[in-house]
Amino acid sequence: MSDLHTVNKSPFEKNSLESCLRLSKAGSAILLYEDGVYAALKGTAVENMIASAVGDKKVYVLGPDYKARGLADDRMIDGVEVVDYAGFVDLVEANDKVQAWV
Amino acid sequence: MPIEVDGKTLETDEEGYLVNLNDWVPGVAEVMAKEDDLELTQDHWDIINFLREYYEEYQIAPAVRVLTKAVGKRLGKEKGNSKYLYGLFPYGPGKQACRYAGLPKPTGCV
Amino acid sequence: MSDTKNFMFLNRRAPYGTIYAWESLEVVLIAAAFEQNVSLMFADDGVYELTKGQDTAGIGMKNFSPTYRTLGDYEVRHMYVDKASLEARGLTADDLVQVEWEDWETEESVDNIVEVVDSEKVAELLAESDVVFSF
Repeated sequence: MSDLHTVNKSPFEKNSLESCLRLSKAGSAILLYEDGVYAALKGTAVENMIASAVGDKKVYVLGPDYKARGLADDRMIDGVEVVDYAGFVDLVEANDKVQAWV
Repeated sequence: MPIEVDGKTLETDEEGYLVNLNDWVPGVAEVMAKEDDLELTQDHWDIINFLREYYEEYQIAPAVRVLTKAVGKRLGKEKGNSKYLYGLFPYGPGKQACRYAGLPKPTGCV
Repeated sequence: MSDTKNFMFLNRRAPYGTIYAWESLEVVLIAAAFEQNVSLMFADDGVYELTKGQDTAGIGMKNFSPTYRTLGDYEVRHMYVDKASLEARGLTADDLVQVEWEDWETEESVDNIVEVVDSEKVAELLAESDVVFSF
């Protein structure tokens, strides 16, 4: 089994995402929500963090938060999966525990 | 205090503004005007309709200064002044007209 | 002698995640009523405030991005965006809302008062403001 890691801070404002990716094990699920969703956009200075994480971790984005911020689906980094609120709950259920990187 | 409009009870806040913007129907303005002993004319409706369109587009109630300028542009220069607007809405165009239009109180309006 | 000051509102936070962006916008709306020269600067995550196509129906919060488009009506003459912040976030000027400005007396108008500027210009603009409000 594995853990679900959540990140809700912008990768440009805090190092929550960076620490999360550095300190989580392969096979972990990473869910970006609230301001964390900005990390999922292609062409940013931090794109490589997510692009390299999708190899051995599963990266999710909370759709309503992504959409609220005016970010387009076709500009999301390949390999990132969109979930809705029910999907968020499913992820919590499917993993051993939830670790929040606030 | 709730108000009765078209047989429905609508919630208002302590200053008489609609709590839920989506509750608005033209009857809201009619009922509120009647309570203020005001008879709504087309001139009143022009302002109310403008306010609703402005809110729809920008998601805020305009400041009185913005409303005045916009009315002057849209409805004619002779109407773009506070004298004209206060003539229609004696309690203040911002407060009274916005209330009739079902909008929240304008930001910065005391 | 004039009492008019140059007010600069420096916005550095993304909308929705925190309340800063909305609070700043509310103060701008109020400040504009006092007939001061109001300009806005968007840097760091503040550039996200201006992205087009925001749709908050799914998160149950007020979408205040359309409100920026009426700032020209509030006599805001300049909305500056730091180019480096925009580029770091994979965005360009095309991703941002446009804000019209028009003088209703003279009918002089500007199609878009949103202007992307380099860091040197940002520093200059901040330095020459009388007051900088930071959000």
